[in-house]
Amino acid sequence: MYTQGLDQAGKSGPDTREAETATQLDAFQARIDAEEKIEAKDWMPEAYRRTLIRQISQHAHSEIIGMQPEGNWLTRAPTMKRKAILLAKVQDEAGHGLYLYSAAETLGVSRDEMVGELLSGKAKYSSIFNYPTLTWADIGAIGWLVDGAAIMNQIPLCRCSYGPYSRAMVRVCKEESFHQRQGYELMLTLCRGTEEQKAMAQDALNRFWWPALMMFGPNDAASSHSAQSMAWKIKRFSNDELRQKFIDVTVPQAEFLGLSVPDEALWFNEDTGHYEHSDIDWQEFFDVISGNGPCNRQRLAKRRKAQDDGAWVREAARAYADKKAAAEAAA
Amino acid sequence: MTRQEWPLYEVFIRSRSGLSHRHAGSVHAADDEMALNNARDTYTRRSEGVSIWVVRSDRIVASDPAETSAFFDPAEDKIYRHPTFYDIPDEVENL
Ligand SMILES: [Fe+2]
Ligand SMILES: [Fe+2]
Ligand SMILES: [Fe+2]
Repeated sequence: MYTQGLDQAGKSGPDTREAETATQLDAFQARIDAEEKIEAKDWMPEAYRRTLIRQISQHAHSEIIGMQPEGNWLTRAPTMKRKAILLAKVQDEAGHGLYLYSAAETLGVSRDEMVGELLSGKAKYSSIFNYPTLTWADIGAIGWLVDGAAIMNQIPLCRCSYGPYSRAMVRVCKEESFHQRQGYELMLTLCRGTEEQKAMAQDALNRFWWPALMMFGPNDAASSHSAQSMAWKIKRFSNDELRQKFIDVTVPQAEFLGLSVPDEALWFNEDTGHYEHSDIDWQEFFDVISGNGPCNRQRLAKRRKAQDDGAWVREAARAYADKKAAAEAAA
Repeated sequence: MTRQEWPLYEVFIRSRSGLSHRHAGSVHAADDEMALNNARDTYTRRSEGVSIWVVRSDRIVASDPAETSAFFDPAEDKIYRHPTFYDIPDEVENL
């Protein structure tokens, strides 16, 4: 999802820890198989730890970068009510990023390291946030489709084998439902409005449909370390299974809006009970994820600027805390 | 630019009076007061709490998960601490 799993597990840095014995690995897998949760200080294979750090930090980065496309419309929301709603949603996304960074920190990686990797461009975040929000209808499409796809993926993550991650996801999922509903309601309002408003909603769906489907990551056949993540119960469903579920629930929602899904070949297969869709343009996906989407440079530049502009505040707070601590020590 | 991370605090929230504080997650903050404010903004945006405790993560003393069985072992063979250990005839009521 927000962690589309493109870089390989366990490739960063040599393993300096003592060798993991077969007994340790078996005992660990037995705990996983018994649906026991793994907690922060428990013994775990180094590859499990690295996979989680990669996945949770990518997820956190996605929440943080994900504030930008929506933030773009905060000052231009059409009513005070819509503005308040959008502001609350964007604040939630910041919160999601923070829950997730703190879950990742329990695995022994520092916040600064993670932020540094995002800013240097080394870390990945979800491809979806590299698309621009051109009209107000895009805010509706994002809530409905992007948060909708996120929910599809995040609900099984609530049962992830790693305790701190699963608890963070429970918190996130409680908040996501509002995000999706406000987006759909926004689309509904536009679709019940003027011809132009409805056309704007259709245009937003046209642009966000395929990128939303790409959020689930590559096809199962091309997804390199899914099997291991499944065995560790970090992942519960494959990319294609989740994508199919999303399509099956979303197409009828589009029909209710009176909008058409931009896929000529889409049809409902009565025998399987699922929609069949055209192939996804994976070249576009790989371009976006490797840094060449429509907004990648802009997103990172904005994030770096925010980090730099805030430096003096962080330093001042630090200096004030040190001064206060010194005064207390002297008293 | 020198980057010096603010310390980490663990956050505990009492969701309503009558319940204990429960671990919610963690936040970074320069000092205690900022930790409380950050914890409020991060973990109680929907009135999830009526009271917050924050404590520096490095001040927490924890048992070692690798020593779990040895550490909790003394309690394991004392089954007489449980009411089910005692056989009481059925005729005896309210016991
Ligand atoms: Fe989110
Ligand atoms: Fe999310
Ligand atoms: Fe969301």
